[in-house]
Amino acid sequence: MTLPTPSAAVPLEVTDESVEKVTTSGDPKGGEGRSPGRLAWKRFKRDRTGVISACIVIFFFVIGVAAPLIAKLYGKDPYTTYASQDPSLLDAFSYPAGPNGGMSSEFWFGIEPQLGRDVFTFLLYAIRNSLGIATAATLLTTIVGVVVGVTAGYLGGKTDYLVGRVIDILLSFPSTLFFIAFMPVVYGIFVKPDDNIPTGLVVFSLIVVLSAFGWASIARLLRGQVLGLREREFVEAAKVTGASPMRIVFKELLPNLWTPIIIQSTLMLPAYVTAEAGLAFLGVGVTDPTPDWGVMIGRGATFYTEDITFLLFPGLAMVIFVLAFNLLGDSVRDALDPKSKR
Amino acid sequence: MSNTNPLLDVSGLTKHFPIKGGFPIRRTVGAVQAVDGLDFQVAEGESLGLVGESGCGKSTTGRLITRLLEPTGGRVTYRGQDITHANRKQLAPIRSEIQMIFQDPYASLNPRQTVGKIISGPMEINDINPPGGREKRVRELLEIVGLNPEHYNRFPHEFSGGQRQRIGVARALALEPKLIVADEPVSALDVSIQAQVVNLLQKVQRELGIAFVFIAHDLAIVRHFSQRVAVMYLGKIVEIGDREDLYDNPRHPYTRALLSAVPEATVDEEPRERIRLVGDVPSPINPPSGCRFRTRCWKATEKCATEAPPLVQVEGNKPGHLTACHYPETEPTIPAPRLSKDPEAAA
Repeated sequence: MTLPTPSAAVPLEVTDESVEKVTTSGDPKGGEGRSPGRLAWKRFKRDRTGVISACIVIFFFVIGVAAPLIAKLYGKDPYTTYASQDPSLLDAFSYPAGPNGGMSSEFWFGIEPQLGRDVFTFLLYAIRNSLGIATAATLLTTIVGVVVGVTAGYLGGKTDYLVGRVIDILLSFPSTLFFIAFMPVVYGIFVKPDDNIPTGLVVFSLIVVLSAFGWASIARLLRGQVLGLREREFVEAAKVTGASPMRIVFKELLPNLWTPIIIQSTLMLPAYVTAEAGLAFLGVGVTDPTPDWGVMIGRGATFYTEDITFLLFPGLAMVIFVLAFNLLGDSVRDALDPKSKR
Repeated sequence: MSNTNPLLDVSGLTKHFPIKGGFPIRRTVGAVQAVDGLDFQVAEGESLGLVGESGCGKSTTGRLITRLLEPTGGRVTYRGQDITHANRKQLAPIRSEIQMIFQDPYASLNPRQTVGKIISGPMEINDINPPGGREKRVRELLEIVGLNPEHYNRFPHEFSGGQRQRIGVARALALEPKLIVADEPVSALDVSIQAQVVNLLQKVQRELGIAFVFIAHDLAIVRHFSQRVAVMYLGKIVEIGDREDLYDNPRHPYTRALLSAVPEATVDEEPRERIRLVGDVPSPINPPSGCRFRTRCWKATEKCATEAPPLVQVEGNKPGHLTACHYPETEPTIPAPRLSKDPEAAA
């Protein structure tokens, strides 16, 4: 076999031929097989955009997780109003006294107008909180979506019909408007009108409500996939050997669903980051003393005519993160599903 | 077949798929009569071939025997035990004795599992621990079906169609079954590979004494493989008999038409007469009254429309050769060509 013969079954790109060649010819000794997952990893590693995006995304997660450590080494925290300790930091109009929003060797990203908090640590904690909320919401959405979608698809019949209508209603619902209207009601149930709303409750209800609207799309997608898979002969083969429905779902169907699940959740997370920031910007999500991307951008928007630097850092960071994550999602899809051509 | 204690006994087996319609309340408006009253037996170690056109209910029959589908009526008895409506728990001890080989080798293996996992899966489910461990047994099975035991950790996408079908055979053999339902096991394969897989199945049948229900539409392969053959038309068996009786002396007009359609492999011989059937197979939603073949039969009379012919041993048939026809054929036919120079088949 001197020439690589392109596989007829899978129309792969030219760059994928080396992988195909190795796969089809195989080594005569046998040995370890190439799992679909490992092939996808090989394809992913060759996608430069994907690798760079993955590095950026990992970088954001690392600084999010390590935020307290970085803040400690840096020697500041996001809550202290440094301007009250050192009034020379702000000018007479409460804007940073130094050039470029007060950027200096002491305050790397400058200081916040009016309150005089440190922008660098505030951004670190904002990334930490926003990513935390978005990750939790994505996990919850994925779990609910997978369970509901796979169950509806596998059981079919009346269950499927009922779940299908619930999904229809949820998908046609204006979730942002609902959130703005509904959040005060939720807070009203748990908190007395005069009390402050605890941040924990805000975060919890954010995650729950974002997930409550998000699971429908992933459930619908998986339901369709399961409908196709459950008629495949390998499911019948498992039934003939006496496999229980649980085993069929978890051992036979679920491994074949990892591709859409991973693709969906990698595309869902940046959407949640922006949605959460949007809600914070509108004032129904996380509120000011808590560092958050949306809160920061919201505050920055009130000063941007005088001090663009304060808006620039959270804004740029978010654009870079969301862009990188979306590109990563695309690369993951290309790697896992080589037949889909964009 | 005058076996008093058959392995599998099917009587009056019926499967109607309901057709739902109507708005806003959906109700059953009709039924596809996929299988309508089948009677046959399979003896231990015997291979029964099930042939017929597409859509005549062959695959449905296979899925009813393995209980992938719930029969609408009739009885399926395995070794004297009624399994017609048994649930999963009641079926559990029998599951390991009735196995299935599927048509499409690309769809019948889970693409995310290694060959080892695919073949050891049935043992895991039925909690079978062979001596020396499951992995050793899987390697043995791979050897039996003619694959390299070193391929244990490979994935299905690394194999060709024929190799995949061998994996399917190994999976069916993993539970040491007494009966294998093979649903068109070779029709998705290349002709050059078909013979290999059929020979493998034949070896398995002879050496391990496994009974087969061999579903196919290739008459030559059925002749090569099965000791007894049943011909189906529109959900009913029209003729059943021992291989030589049926192929050399077909009594039902449909069997005769089917056999005449087998392409000839020789050019020197005088061309055989071909019976050309006119029209299409009627819809199984609304099958013809009386004999189902009457709409395409050149011998059909008034009687065929009113009276369904019973499946009986008509005059001139050997014992065990049953035909469902009011006017069975009597003239001898020119035998259909054979797949190979098998001494058994040439007898």
